[in-house]
Amino acid sequence: MLLIHCPYCDEDLPELEFTYAGEAHIDRPADPASLDDEAWRNYLFIRSNVKGPHYERWRHNHGCARFFNAVRDTVSDRFLTTYRVGEPRPDLESLIGKEGRE
Amino acid sequence: MSKASKINPVRGPVQLEVMEPVARFSLRVGKQGRQQLGQALGLELPERIGMRSSQGGREALCLGPDEWVVLAPEAERETLFTAALEAYAEVPHSLAEISDREITLRLEGERATDLLTIACPRNLELMPPGSGRRTVMGGIQVVLWRDGQDAYRLDVWRSFFDYIHSLLETGNREFAAEAQLESQSA
Ligand SMILES: [Zn+2]
Repeated sequence: MLLIHCPYCDEDLPELEFTYAGEAHIDRPADPASLDDEAWRNYLFIRSNVKGPHYERWRHNHGCARFFNAVRDTVSDRFLTTYRVGEPRPDLESLIGKEGRE
Repeated sequence: MSKASKINPVRGPVQLEVMEPVARFSLRVGKQGRQQLGQALGLELPERIGMRSSQGGREALCLGPDEWVVLAPEAERETLFTAALEAYAEVPHSLAEISDREITLRLEGERATDLLTIACPRNLELMPPGSGRRTVMGGIQVVLWRDGQDAYRLDVWRSFFDYIHSLLETGNREFAAEAQLESQSA
């Protein structure tokens, strides 16, 4: 079974306790009313659809119930890291470099 | 043959007991208010997820960074409510009664941990006695309290209770059948 590290519980826990919640680090426009239709559509629906390391949101809904962020390789399904909401986006090169050394 | 006689009367090595109702509350309060509200409610609110405290029949389990489940004897329901209400102006929080939402099943016996693993994906060895967690059991969200090495309480939402109860009873009977087979072949 895939284990996911919850940054709030600080434990590696079974995937069954978690749900995926879409791409991470997408800011809601400060003034939606000022956007034209295309910009609003892009905010709502257009995602990067990455092949490889992807910044995404997860929720530990059957545990501590918190949302958090993760970097997961969409090809291998391997989690490179998870981190709390509000923390900066980790630098990909340092993550992959770290993986490579292990 | 009557229907009842077809059911295997062997109960299995784990004792399963449906517990009496208790007063249950879902408590949400921020970091700043945690200690003060705990004092008002008369028991410590542990800071770490999975940690528990108890004081004079009341119990608290930390479920999330700002979330606890609080148990009390039914007779103390009003007392607890009033205490929280009085603290509200100083410590904003949410205390919602959920007494009727769940039914608690108690498991005790040498194979209690084995029995839970038929339906729970957690590694229960990482959950020491005296702690608790919200997790899943048979696909259903539950709160699991580990009271001892071989003793657990399981809070199950009312509408899922019969399903989880019968699932664990089935597993328990399988343990009994297994033991019977072993003794026959010995
Ligand atoms: Zn968690």
